[in-house]
Amino acid sequence: MEALKNLFGGSLRQFGMLFVLVALAIFFHLMTGGLVITPTNLMNLLNGNSYILVLAIGMVMVIVVGHIDLSVGSVAAFVGIVVAIAMRDWGIPWWAGILLGLALGAVCGAIQGVFVAYVGIPGFIVTLAGYMFFRGANQFVGKSLTVPVPKDFQYLGNGYLPEWGPNTGMNNSTLLLGLVAIAVLIFMQLQQRQALIKIKADVPPFWVTMVRIGLIVIVGGWLTWMFGTGRPGSSFPVPGLILVLLVILYSFVTGRMVTGRHIYAVGGNRLAAELSGVNTKKVYFLVMLNMSVLSAFAGMMFVGRSTASGPFDGVGWELDAIAAVFIGGAAVSGGVGTVVGSMIGGLVMAVLNNGLQLMSAGSDVTQMIKGVVLLVAVALDVWQKNQGRASITGMFTRSKEITTTTPTETALIEDQVANPGELR
Amino acid sequence: MPGESDLILEMRDISKEFPGVKALDGVSLSVRRGEIHAICGENGAGKSTLMKVLSGVHPHGTYTGEIFYNGALATFANIRNSEHAGIVIIHQELALIPELSIMENIFLGNEVRGRFGVDWTATRQKAKELMARVGLQDEPDTVIKTIGVGKQQLVEIAKAISKDVKLLILDEPTAALNETDSAHLLELIREFKSHGMTCIMISHKLNEIAAIADSITIIRDGKSVETINVPEGERVDEDRLIRGMVGRELTSRYPDHTPTIGEVLFEVKDWTIRHPEITDRLVCKGSSFTIRRGEIVGFAGLMGAGRTELARSLFGKSYGVYQKGQIFLDGKEVAPKNVEQAIELGIAYVTEDRKVLGLNLLDDIRTTIVSAELHQISPSGVVDRNAEFAAAEKYRRELRIKTPTVNEGVVKLSGGNQQKVVVAKWLFTEPEVLILDEPTRGIDVGAKYEMYGIMNALADQGKAIMMISSELPELLGTCDRIYTVSQGAITGCLDVADATQESLMRLMTLIPNTTLNAA
Repeated sequence: MEALKNLFGGSLRQFGMLFVLVALAIFFHLMTGGLVITPTNLMNLLNGNSYILVLAIGMVMVIVVGHIDLSVGSVAAFVGIVVAIAMRDWGIPWWAGILLGLALGAVCGAIQGVFVAYVGIPGFIVTLAGYMFFRGANQFVGKSLTVPVPKDFQYLGNGYLPEWGPNTGMNNSTLLLGLVAIAVLIFMQLQQRQALIKIKADVPPFWVTMVRIGLIVIVGGWLTWMFGTGRPGSSFPVPGLILVLLVILYSFVTGRMVTGRHIYAVGGNRLAAELSGVNTKKVYFLVMLNMSVLSAFAGMMFVGRSTASGPFDGVGWELDAIAAVFIGGAAVSGGVGTVVGSMIGGLVMAVLNNGLQLMSAGSDVTQMIKGVVLLVAVALDVWQKNQGRASITGMFTRSKEITTTTPTETALIEDQVANPGELR
Repeated sequence: MPGESDLILEMRDISKEFPGVKALDGVSLSVRRGEIHAICGENGAGKSTLMKVLSGVHPHGTYTGEIFYNGALATFANIRNSEHAGIVIIHQELALIPELSIMENIFLGNEVRGRFGVDWTATRQKAKELMARVGLQDEPDTVIKTIGVGKQQLVEIAKAISKDVKLLILDEPTAALNETDSAHLLELIREFKSHGMTCIMISHKLNEIAAIADSITIIRDGKSVETINVPEGERVDEDRLIRGMVGRELTSRYPDHTPTIGEVLFEVKDWTIRHPEITDRLVCKGSSFTIRRGEIVGFAGLMGAGRTELARSLFGKSYGVYQKGQIFLDGKEVAPKNVEQAIELGIAYVTEDRKVLGLNLLDDIRTTIVSAELHQISPSGVVDRNAEFAAAEKYRRELRIKTPTVNEGVVKLSGGNQQKVVVAKWLFTEPEVLILDEPTRGIDVGAKYEMYGIMNALADQGKAIMMISSELPELLGTCDRIYTVSQGAITGCLDVADATQESLMRLMTLIPNTTLNAA
C-alpha cells in the first residue's frame, strides 16, 4: 500500500477510478471474446466519445467554480448548423468554418457569462435558458433540416494521420507521436525529480522513478502499437489527438497557471478568494465563456464525424459531460475536480457504452447500467466524506462539516479533501 | 451542595483513536449532579472529541473505556440515543436553519403533532414558554437570520431545554458573543443550575470559567490532567488553569516589547461608508485615525460597532458603499478601488473568521501562503512551484507552523497554526500596513502568545499594525495606542499607559454625537 502511494503520489481515489476503467475494459474484452481491446475498437471509442470528453474539460472547470452548464449540447448544435450552412452557402473554407464556429461559441459564452458573473444569476438557470434558446436557434437557422459538411471538415471528426516513410509495419505518424510522447514523459519524470532534489523536498526513492519510467515505456509502447497497427490507412485518430492536446493545455492551465489557482480558490471559498484579491466575477465569466468555446469545438468535431449537422445534434450531451466530471471525482459543492479525473470518468462511461453495445445489450439496459454506475461512483465519494462527519451540522453542508471537526479528527477526512495540489 | 457520591456522569479511562492519532488517552471525568463543570484545555487537546464520545457522535464500541450515566452503563449508538437520555450538546457552530422562524427551529425534528401535521397553535404556545425561560422576548415567528448571534445562541438553548435536558453540554458557548450577551448567557446557565440542571461547559475564556464553574477538569494532549473543585464562593486561580493547560509556567500572557515608533505611515481622514443594502445607514461615520511606523494600534468596540466594516472598507472597498474620506500612505493620498490594488499598495487584511473568510479549507499550506500575491512568483502567468515551495518553507520556519510538510492540507492544522498560515499568506504580500481582525480568536493560550510575538516582530520591522480585538486585556497587553469605536464612529483614543478596561468600556459605549446622515 505504502509502495502504491509512493508510486502514484497519494491521491489513490483517482487511481481507483483508473483501475475501474482498466478492469472494465478487460472484463468486456473477455465477455465479448476479444472485441474490446482491438485497434479498430479503440479508435472507434476515441472517435465516438472525444466530443463528450472535450465538453468534460470545460465542464469540470464550471463545476469547480460551483456552477453547472446545461447549455453545452444546444450551443454545440447551434454552432454546428451555422458553420455547416456557412460552408455550404457562402463557400468559406474549412479552417474559416472552424474559426467562425469558435467565435460564435465565444459569443454564446460571453452572453451567458455576463449573466452569471455580472448580473449574478446562478449558472444553472442562465444555462437552462441557454439550453432552450440555442436548441431553438439551431432548428430556426437550419429549418430543422440536416446540412452536410465538406470532406475537409470531416477530418476533424473522423480523420486519420497520414502514412509516410519506410515500411515499419506500423503507421509512422502514430509511431512518431508515441515515441515523442514517451520521451517527453520520461524527461518530465527526471526533471521533476531534479526539481525536488534542488529544493530539498521529500524525494521519493529512486526505484519509484524507475518503476514509473518503466510503466510509461510499457503503457506508451503498447498504446502506440495498438493504434499503429490498425487496418491500413488508420492511425491514432485526429479527434483523439485534438483531445490529448486540449487535455495537456487545460491540465497546465488549471494546475500550473494563476488562472487555474484562481478557479480552485473561487470554488473552494469565494469570500476568502475575494479578500485575497481574486476577481471572482472575472473568473466566473471566463469559465462560462471557455465552456461555450469548447462546446463549439465539440459540436464541430461531432458534425465532422457524422458528416452533417442536424436538428438533434447534442441532445443530452450536457448530462454525459456532467456525469463524466462527477465520476471523475469532482465535488458538487465546488473546489474539487481535475481535468484528468474527468477524462477518466468520461472514459469509464464510454467503455461501458461500448462494451455493452458489443455484448449486444440494448440501449435500455445500457442506460440503466450507466445510471447505476454514476450513482455508485458518487455515493462512494459521499460515503467516504461522511466517514469524517463530526456533528449534525455536517449533514446540512459540507463546508460546515469541515469547520466543526477538531484538528485531530480532520485526519479522518484526509482522503475526502484529497490534497488538491496533487489532484490538479 | 450535592454529595460527592451523587454523580450524574462518570467517564472512566476513555481512549479514542483515529488513524494515526490518539485523540483521547485514558481520560476520566466525573460530574456531580447539579453542578457546572468546566472543561478547559488547548485547541486539539481532545475536549470536543470527549464530548462527541459522550453524546454518541462517536458511538459505543468505537472508543475504549466506560461511561456511567445516572449510575448505569451508557452505550449510546447515536445522538438520538443520548438525547433520549437527556444529554444535549450545543455545538460551537450553531445548527440553526437561518431561513426558518425561532419556533420552527426550536421544534425542528421534534415537531408538536396535531391531527393534521404540525399543530402550530401549540407550537407557538410552547415556544413562547421556552423563550421566556431563556429570556428571549422576540416573536416566535421571527426568522432566525434576522436576529443576532447572541439571541441565536439562546434559541439553541431553548431548543435544548425543550427536549427535557438533564445534562447540557455547551461547546464554547460565548466564543462568538459580545460581553453583554456572554454575561446574560452565563447568568442563564447559573439559573438553570438553581433549577437542578447539570451543565458541562467547554471554554477558552478563563475568566468566564473562573466566574461560573463549580469544578474544572483540565485536559492536555488527550489526557485529563486534573480536576479542581472550587469551594463555594471562591474563584479559581486563572494562572493555575493556564499552567495546567500548557503544561508549563507562562510567566506573562503578553511578551515584553519596547516599541520603536517612527513617522506616520497610515492615515485615514473622515472615512464615511454606508451599508451595502440599507441606503440611509452609515456604518462608518467620518472616522479619522493615524498609525505610525512600528506602532500597534488597537481598535476596541462592542460587537456591531463597525470595526470590521471600517477595516474592510479601507481594504480596497471590499465592504459597503464609499461616501467620502481619504487614505494616506506615507503622506501620499491613495485610493485603492479593489482588493488587488490595496494589496499592491502594501495593505494587508487578516480576516476575522479564518474558516469563512480567510482560508480555502480544500487547499494545502503551500498554495495558501502564496495565494494573495501569486503574480510575484508567476512570471507570464505560470506559477513557479519551486519558488512557491521555498516561500512556504520560509514562513513555516519563521512563524513556526507545526506541520510535517507544507504540502499538508490546511484543514488538518489546529486553529493556531491555521491562523499562522493566514498571517503568512499576508506577510508574503510584503505589506506595510497590516490589519489584523480578531487575530487570536479561537486559538489557545500558547498560540496567542506566539501571535503577539509575531506582531511585535512585524512592528519592529517598521510596519504599521491595526489590531481589532474584542478582548480588552489583549488590547491593553499588546497595543501602543487604542481607538474606541461605537456605532460606526471613533469615540476616543487612549495611550495604552492611560487606558484601563473601564475607561475603554466607557468610550466604547458612548453614543457618538455625530449628526451625519447619508446625503
